[in-house]
Amino acid sequence: MAKVSTICPFCGCGCNFYLVLDEGKITGIEPRPNNPVNKGMLCAKGWNSHEFIDSPQRLKTPLVRKNGVLTETTWDEALDLVTSKLSSIRDTFGSNSLAFLSSAKVTNEENYLLMKLARAVFKTNNVDHCARL
Amino acid sequence: MTNSINEMDDADLFIVTGSNTTEQHPLIGTRVVNAVERGAKLILMDPREIPLARYAHIHLRQNIGTDVAVLNGMMNVIIEEGLLDKEYVDTRTEGFEALKNTVSKYSPRVVEQISGVDASDLVEAARLYAGTKKAMILYAMGITQHTTGTDNVKTVANLSMLTGHFGFPSVGVNPLRGQNNVQGACDMGGLPVVYSGYQKVDDPAVKKKFEDAWGVTDLNDKPGLTITTMMKAAEKGDLKALYIMGENPMLSDPDLGHIELSLSNLDFLIVQDIFMSETAKLADVVLPAACFAEKTGTYSNTERRVQIAHKAVDPPGLARSDWEIIQDISNRAGYPMNYANTTEIMAEINKVTPSYAGITHSRLEKVFGLQWPCPNEEHPGTAFLHKDKFTKGLGTFLPCDFKPLAEVPDSEYDFILTTGRVYYQFHTGTMTRKIDILEREAPKALIEIHPDDAKRLGIRNNDLVEVSSRRGTIRLKAEVTPRVPRKVVFSTFHFSETPVNLLTNAAHDPVSGIPEYKGCAVKIRRIA
Ligand code: SF4
Repeated sequence: MAKVSTICPFCGCGCNFYLVLDEGKITGIEPRPNNPVNKGMLCAKGWNSHEFIDSPQRLKTPLVRKNGVLTETTWDEALDLVTSKLSSIRDTFGSNSLAFLSSAKVTNEENYLLMKLARAVFKTNNVDHCARL
Repeated sequence: MTNSINEMDDADLFIVTGSNTTEQHPLIGTRVVNAVERGAKLILMDPREIPLARYAHIHLRQNIGTDVAVLNGMMNVIIEEGLLDKEYVDTRTEGFEALKNTVSKYSPRVVEQISGVDASDLVEAARLYAGTKKAMILYAMGITQHTTGTDNVKTVANLSMLTGHFGFPSVGVNPLRGQNNVQGACDMGGLPVVYSGYQKVDDPAVKKKFEDAWGVTDLNDKPGLTITTMMKAAEKGDLKALYIMGENPMLSDPDLGHIELSLSNLDFLIVQDIFMSETAKLADVVLPAACFAEKTGTYSNTERRVQIAHKAVDPPGLARSDWEIIQDISNRAGYPMNYANTTEIMAEINKVTPSYAGITHSRLEKVFGLQWPCPNEEHPGTAFLHKDKFTKGLGTFLPCDFKPLAEVPDSEYDFILTTGRVYYQFHTGTMTRKIDILEREAPKALIEIHPDDAKRLGIRNNDLVEVSSRRGTIRLKAEVTPRVPRKVVFSTFHFSETPVNLLTNAAHDPVSGIPEYKGCAVKIRRIA
């Protein structure tokens, strides 16, 4: 059985634990006893945080609205559409007609990159996140 | 947090205000409970009888939205009785006279009238805090989610500076962050006014620095829109496209009726998430993302500790990591990005962000996280801030006067609705509601109402009631409990079946942009 160290996806305590893998599937959670944040303890949310990972409700395919309905598509079609729409709206209405919301749930690296996309590529400071809420 | 979680083990006193710690930050709540059990004191400021109330030595149940008055009252007592840290105030702060003038208006008697807090309890709390060296203040969104949120935060800092509770272990003001990477989202420049590391967009030197680092010209130097103003701009038609990564404003934002209007008024809405959230249902494009277990990267916890999480499994179906999706869009838009992994992105963050300069992935593999500021690769990180001086030199007292809630009850809307969370669920429930054990414990929202009010309105436990504000109406079951004060009702926003944010008031703090989730006027009636 393999163990992979991770950080709880829920509150801001930042508890550490291992995801326990059996034949490549996550089967449970094991605390990391010597870390200074949670010293091996977890709350009910942390203990069960692996449960939603393979939920059948996970999104698995890019979707594009066609005739009013969200329809499965390829990455190429979805991202070409995203890029052309963002670019054409910027060209017609200016950079500040675009806005980006980064996330209190994704990594630092990803938040940095979204902020860079907004500022360096689309030249807008309309960047915020919902975490104050 | 100015200080660290581990320092809580040595603290002799805690003030916990606007934080239902044992339910929202369970592992920090445990530290408080353990500390009380070994003899530390606890002053709790909370209108509700939250679980920590059982451990509190003094519980100040202030009327909702009167935090500034209560804290000013404590400072009034501290100055009147000469309990301030004079040396600290003289050498480390400025603006004391202005503070003294403001708080002189808040005698315990006056505060009692505004807040309902017993004058003698207030005096006792003030003496206890001023007289205890290792005293930590913990706060959360009960302080910030008000139209006076910034005033509340400033007033907490005033109290702490007045008594010299800064710059050594087991003191300070310690905001508890509600989501696992709120701290990081802010640190990384997910704010309209700053790049990563809080470097201001309107500072010409900063602009030049990022233009050079990113190889671009004419970065925008005008502060952008906050989320609340984005929604207004969308409603007016000024904002045309919105790209939302991993957030669900259709359940988390106030005055949902308006949010839906704003989002549907956009020409183009992109939502990148792991589940079909209420917000994703409105999108023109939905991009499936990887969850925490499916990618490697760092998160910054509430004590500024940056920690690394590792990829355990592949994402389902075609889902991809957020950073890969962003990189792909950038390349298509004509700005090349070629990061092979998040380690390379972190290397760029290290270069452009002074407080993160020494926080590399390779170091994080060897230690249990590093607390910023960490200015170089030899630096051990910083457990507590403001050791010898404040970041900007002297600490300035920023006195504030009490201002009432934006929407106070009247004869029609005669209750105050306040909102929060429960232990078994998290935020808008997109993740926790798919976990059977948690869903079984807390499957639906209840509205808490005081027994006296319930009796008057003929409401019993589990009766279906209708709660309305000027913005909307929801129906849910009642829980009759003295946990809430009279004329106050409480509910949670985890559940899309009973979107309590249909009711809440979008009136927001003028500086932070945070809406007043913690108090709006509602009426309530039994329907079955
Ligand atoms: S285990 Fe509980 S206390 Fe720890 S980070 Fe997760 S939700 Fe927070």
